[in-house]
Amino acid sequence: MKVAGLDIGSRTIALVEMDDGTVSFSEVVDTTFDPLEQCRRLLKDRDFDLLVATGYGRHLAQANFAHQVITEIKAFALGCHHIFPECRTILDIGGQDTKAISVSPDGRVVDFQMNDRCAAGTGKFLEVMASALGLSLQEMGEVAMGAEGEVKISSMCTVFAESEVTGLIARGTPRPLIARGLHEAICDRAASLLKRVGVARELVFAGGVARNPCMRHLLEERLGMPLLIPENPQIVGALGAALSARDSD
Amino acid sequence: MSDYREMWEELGLDLQAHDGLLEVLPPLYQETILSQENRPEGMGYFDFVFSEIHGLRVKELVEHRAQGGVVVGTFCTYVPEELVIAAGGICVGLCAGAQVAEEAAEQYLPRNLCSLIKSSLGFKLAKVCPYIESCDLLVGETTCDGKKKYYEILGEFQPVHVMELPQRKDEVDRALWRSEVRRLARRLEELTGKRIESEPLREAIKVVNEKRRALLRLAELRKSDPPVISGRDALLINQIAFYDDPKRLAEKVNALCDELVERREKGIFIGGSHRPRVLLSGCPMAIPNWKLPAIIENSGALVAMDEMCTGIRYFRHLVSEEATDLDGMLDAIADRYLRIDCAVFTPNRERLEHIKELVRDYSIDAVVYYALQFCDPYTVEAFRVRQELEKDGIPFLYLETDYSAEDVGQLTTRVQALIEMLETKSGSS
Repeated sequence: MKVAGLDIGSRTIALVEMDDGTVSFSEVVDTTFDPLEQCRRLLKDRDFDLLVATGYGRHLAQANFAHQVITEIKAFALGCHHIFPECRTILDIGGQDTKAISVSPDGRVVDFQMNDRCAAGTGKFLEVMASALGLSLQEMGEVAMGAEGEVKISSMCTVFAESEVTGLIARGTPRPLIARGLHEAICDRAASLLKRVGVARELVFAGGVARNPCMRHLLEERLGMPLLIPENPQIVGALGAALSARDSD
Repeated sequence: MSDYREMWEELGLDLQAHDGLLEVLPPLYQETILSQENRPEGMGYFDFVFSEIHGLRVKELVEHRAQGGVVVGTFCTYVPEELVIAAGGICVGLCAGAQVAEEAAEQYLPRNLCSLIKSSLGFKLAKVCPYIESCDLLVGETTCDGKKKYYEILGEFQPVHVMELPQRKDEVDRALWRSEVRRLARRLEELTGKRIESEPLREAIKVVNEKRRALLRLAELRKSDPPVISGRDALLINQIAFYDDPKRLAEKVNALCDELVERREKGIFIGGSHRPRVLLSGCPMAIPNWKLPAIIENSGALVAMDEMCTGIRYFRHLVSEEATDLDGMLDAIADRYLRIDCAVFTPNRERLEHIKELVRDYSIDAVVYYALQFCDPYTVEAFRVRQELEKDGIPFLYLETDYSAEDVGQLTTRVQALIEMLETKSGSS
């Protein structure tokens, strides 16, 4: 049986295809301004017995081609538990949402916390700040990692933080210190969200921001434990959706 | 709706802006309320009242005033309706539940103030609320700093009387509140030029208690599982109770309850199979704020009870009918209103106990806490509510939002994740 999971996020869309229980294909594309068209392109010439969609665009998918939908909370729990069966806590920093999820030994969601309505402390926040610093996302992570010291960024609102960064640049603060400060600020946010669901080992870090080496380093230091990172952290939601499709019949 | 344009014009409404508002309501009502399946017939009355929201009821107010009666507007469950009725007046709740003229309101109010207050001033500035324009007196109360200071601004447009609500429930507070109830009585007497006598007050106490008894009867029926009425319909009735004629409303609610009992006996339920039962707790939801109940119920759960001012907090306590003289009745009224467990009180243990009681009595699977952004009392008290519920292992979802629609997607994800969590929980047990 061939099933698929589609995670339509605010920044990227991921497709995971499973053939008789093993992943046979996966791909990640940008969401752009026309997610439906991007989905159609991803799904072109592909045929599935069951397609489950997740992510903020899941209802759009359901109205058009998906058979079922699940929330990204459940999808990440399923996906992380599949990759790391010993996973009890998940941190997912995605494009517009940050989630802390507590899961049971058999991979069920026990509790979850998400950021407030604004994009403070999410991937989008990092993107806006990178552009304020004239760096690419990847460069910013590397620059922050190499920084000796940091400046305190007190605002987590994307708009206010950008003004704060502009102010720091105007005062001649070196870019690496600002970049490091921004990472520390997100790390604080994520750690407090995690503490609200309780941090139990093992802790899996997924979502696009998990690819950022500085964020991984800071979180491990802050939480005092190693993080498990999926090989491709951006497809975990889609994998969870595919697993839900596999198990639903 | 028949033609009320002349009436609206005489009330000083901005007809063009008002048309715009009235265009938005019917499709929203269709989508949120009328589209529900298998609704009881008794909801027809409330659909009618809603369809005439700026029509027939306003006409009744205009006619009442033409005959020398007064109309008094309130913003909170703490203002004793009994006094207004005993003074020969009609009491209407003016809380606003839609984003109207926010930019205009922000010329007077700070941006980081709750939607409820901003919207209230927005309606006034945009001249689109026939209720506030029909009022001879507005009665405010010092429930929170935002409202307290807002009433000073509102007073520039219309006469406002502010009741000082104590924030503790000790004997000194009771003494203050009893005197505040009497001060309101005097203000109403000044307004009408007539004394409030004991017989009309006794009658008013009965009338308002009857309304509460009817709403309590409906609340009792919401314990039914499978459900006989949706959370959205129950909320609509509560919202209408704030401005409809109290006697007529009690009659219609009782008729609806009769029908619900009959339907339950015949095995007619809304929704059929078991749905997760949610208690909504927190800030009030004024018409047409159905955002969260619609998300919850469209996601497959049921709002089984509302621990809000537009829910059971509005009608939970009755005024004692034992007093024989005017003074005794005024004290009984004051004491009843002081029992309300709004989050402005400290300590507010009663509210925590009541939430736990509702969780038990209504077989609640999860509590969804509705916090209006920037509402200090309810956002801060959420911590204690969560703490209390965690002890009992009751899932708790805190949602902070406002009157805008832009966060519907994010709210839906949170609510649906909660429902998935409840389903796997019950599926495995």
